[in-house]
Amino acid sequence: MRKVRNIGQTLFDQLESIGRAGIFLFQTLVRKPVRWDEGCRLLVNQVYSVGVLSLVIIVVSGCFIGMVLSLQGYTILAKFGSEQAVGQLLALSLLRELGPVVTALLFAGRAGSALTAEIGLMKATEQLSSYEMMGVDPLRRVIAPRFLAGMICMPLLCLIFSATGILGGMLVSVHWLGVYDGSFWSLMQQSVYFDVDVFNGIIKSIFFAWAITWVAVYQGFECEPTSEGIGKATTRTVVLGSLAVLFLDFILTAAMFGDF
Amino acid sequence: MRNKHTELLVGIFIVLGIAAFGYLAIQVSGLAFSDKKDTYTVVARFDDIGGLTERAKVTIAGVTVGEVESITFDKEYFMGLVSMSIHSDIDNISTDSSIAILTSGLLGEKYLGITIGAEDDVLKNGDEIFDTQSALVLENLIGQFLFKSDEEE
Repeated sequence: MRKVRNIGQTLFDQLESIGRAGIFLFQTLVRKPVRWDEGCRLLVNQVYSVGVLSLVIIVVSGCFIGMVLSLQGYTILAKFGSEQAVGQLLALSLLRELGPVVTALLFAGRAGSALTAEIGLMKATEQLSSYEMMGVDPLRRVIAPRFLAGMICMPLLCLIFSATGILGGMLVSVHWLGVYDGSFWSLMQQSVYFDVDVFNGIIKSIFFAWAITWVAVYQGFECEPTSEGIGKATTRTVVLGSLAVLFLDFILTAAMFGDF
Repeated sequence: MRNKHTELLVGIFIVLGIAAFGYLAIQVSGLAFSDKKDTYTVVARFDDIGGLTERAKVTIAGVTVGEVESITFDKEYFMGLVSMSIHSDIDNISTDSSIAILTSGLLGEKYLGITIGAEDDVLKNGDEIFDTQSALVLENLIGQFLFKSDEEE
């Protein structure tokens, strides 16, 4: 009996925290924003720390993933005598899957964890309560700019990732492995449709940005205000964010590219 | 001072993102802004369209002159009705031309190839090509081959 009650209790706790997260997101987005110029300044600062500082890891990993993809693709395609198709393989897999997903996973590790830790530490050092005492709403002053910055940066990072991946892949396949670059580009351009592949990749990354930044700011805001609590919340951000991305990716791929 | 620095870097970041977008649009997906050429529509009925898809290319002498617009099932004749749009500057396809579903390479994509006839009249918008050759379906081909070798024995 006690076990059943425990299971029920856990279930209710989970539902309650989902509900809290939903209300939290709603309040963040709906509350009256801070003054226009002030809001801009806060947003620019957050875009800097969320986006610009993630740029290096995104560019480097994009480049290497493109290079590995074309190396692997080349060895297999060369067996069928169709190594020109490596451009097609590279562009489609980067634009449809790897671009949005790997960017989102890196983003969860690099920016999501930083967001949670920062907000969690603000809570632990009672900066959030002091904002409230000064009559400043922490949701709109601290949370909203971070959430918006995440939503702005992720699609941009995803585009940069895909572009550098394709450049890196071209470097390996065309310049090192000797694929003829005319057919490399023409096969790629033939098979990539802007409205299907590029556009759906951007839509995916917007969904991922929403999931990751929501998890990150919520975990930071709700964390236990101790050093242990901040550590746990940061871990949870990365784990939950990554799982949410992979789960969403399946749903979105089925909706976008599945024919049924 | 630090604020100016931040704004500059954010600006560079956003410009980079937009540049990547433009690069993906133009170089990777080959999006051309003035690509909407005038076209006219021609239809053809096939016994078997065998894996032809929408947006497959239509060629004459191997050169792309249009693309498949839609593929529907013709209830009256029990055939596949393919309608294709052909660039309007190719306006001298004679009415007795034949059209075939071809395959590029051994396992490549399906496309349509038009072979020009001898008639003086030319195809106009909405006309039909009657001389059609269906896709080669491997199973049928093997079936025919087996049937023939049976007969010979």
